[in-house]
Amino acid sequence: MAAEGGKIDPMHQFLIEPLFGRTWEIAGYNIAFTNSALFMVVTLALIWVFMLGGMKRALIPGRWQAAVEGFTGFISNMMHANIGPKGKAFTPYVFSLFMFILVANLVGMMPIGIVPGLHAFTVTSHLTVTGVLAIISFSIVLIVGFAKHGLHFFSLFIPHGTPVPMIPLIFLIELFSFLIRPFSLGLRLFVAMTAGHILLKVLAGFVINGLNAGAGIAAIVSLPSFILMIGITLLELLVCAIQAYVFALLTSLYLNDAINLH
Amino acid sequence: MPQIAQILETYASQIFWLLIVFGLIYFGIGKAMLPKIEATVEARDRKIADDLEAAKKAHADADQTEEDYRAKIDAARAAAQKATQEAKAASAVEAEQRVKAADTELAAKTADADARIAAAQAQALAGIEDVAADAAQEIVSKVSGVAVSRDQAASAVKAALANG
Repeated sequence: MAAEGGKIDPMHQFLIEPLFGRTWEIAGYNIAFTNSALFMVVTLALIWVFMLGGMKRALIPGRWQAAVEGFTGFISNMMHANIGPKGKAFTPYVFSLFMFILVANLVGMMPIGIVPGLHAFTVTSHLTVTGVLAIISFSIVLIVGFAKHGLHFFSLFIPHGTPVPMIPLIFLIELFSFLIRPFSLGLRLFVAMTAGHILLKVLAGFVINGLNAGAGIAAIVSLPSFILMIGITLLELLVCAIQAYVFALLTSLYLNDAINLH
Repeated sequence: MPQIAQILETYASQIFWLLIVFGLIYFGIGKAMLPKIEATVEARDRKIADDLEAAKKAHADADQTEEDYRAKIDAARAAAQKATQEAKAASAVEAEQRVKAADTELAAKTADADARIAAAQAQALAGIEDVAADAAQEIVSKVSGVAVSRDQAASAVKAALANG
């Protein structure tokens, strides 16, 4: 939050600042270690620690192991339900995707800003990140689809029972909806996280500016905003989980199209 | 919106670090840890299924044992009953035989006794004839003084006894 002159910029939280390695370059591209990269690494570390707790491999699981197995079982069951036995090969990818998005979302919601000088950063509120994840998912779908079915993969765009005269039109529509998938996949997550964080930041600005403006304004503006913030924070935590689930679910459904066609 | 305003200057770094981090998650966690955890879960599920099956089998075995026990008890009871009946029948036959043997023995003794009585009677009768003949001979000699021969007296007695 950049509270300069009482003005609070709700977009400041999305600013990417290089922490070190400003001059690092690969083939002319700058790859400075930014706050975004830091939070990716934090996410990685958290998932790693969480998963290590599930590696005791005890016959009777402890609480931690049961929690880890709950997550893995959740994704395994989803893959099995949506794709079938052939989906097992893609469980590691969808699980990585789900855990990365979920933990990155939740880390972005942590009140790290309480400590002066630290700012929480939500990796998944960046189009670059969600876009890359969406493109990876879409690429896997394309590669698997064409590797498994060859040109027969295009039959995906002609639903069963389409009357022959309708085939060219339906084919175009289906192709179009198929090609939109990576955009909707990446944008959905990006927009959901961005909007939620902007809303929270705007409300937080109301709370602080109201407090600065005196007791009367604080009672009218700050208190209701604060109560609303509590509710929206809970809602955002729900959205964090739902968006991670939706991303993983849609990826598994698209993979199902590629593996089983219709 | 910094996500779009900064995109040209930051996309390389974002993509670079994302690929590194996501690659680590995919290969370090998704590929390395996840299968082991899934294997643990599968092993547990299999163990539970096996244990349940073993319990079911043990239950069936117990039922079978009980049935066997029942059948054996029934057979033993039937055998005991049969043995009792046989013993009863055998003792009844034996008792009958003994009674029969005693009967025949008694009959033989009775017959023997009858024979002896008859013999004694006959002997007694013969004695009476002798005594009567003697008495008749003596009476005749005393009354009439005539000596009667033994044979005459005996035949007279016989005739008198036969008439009497």
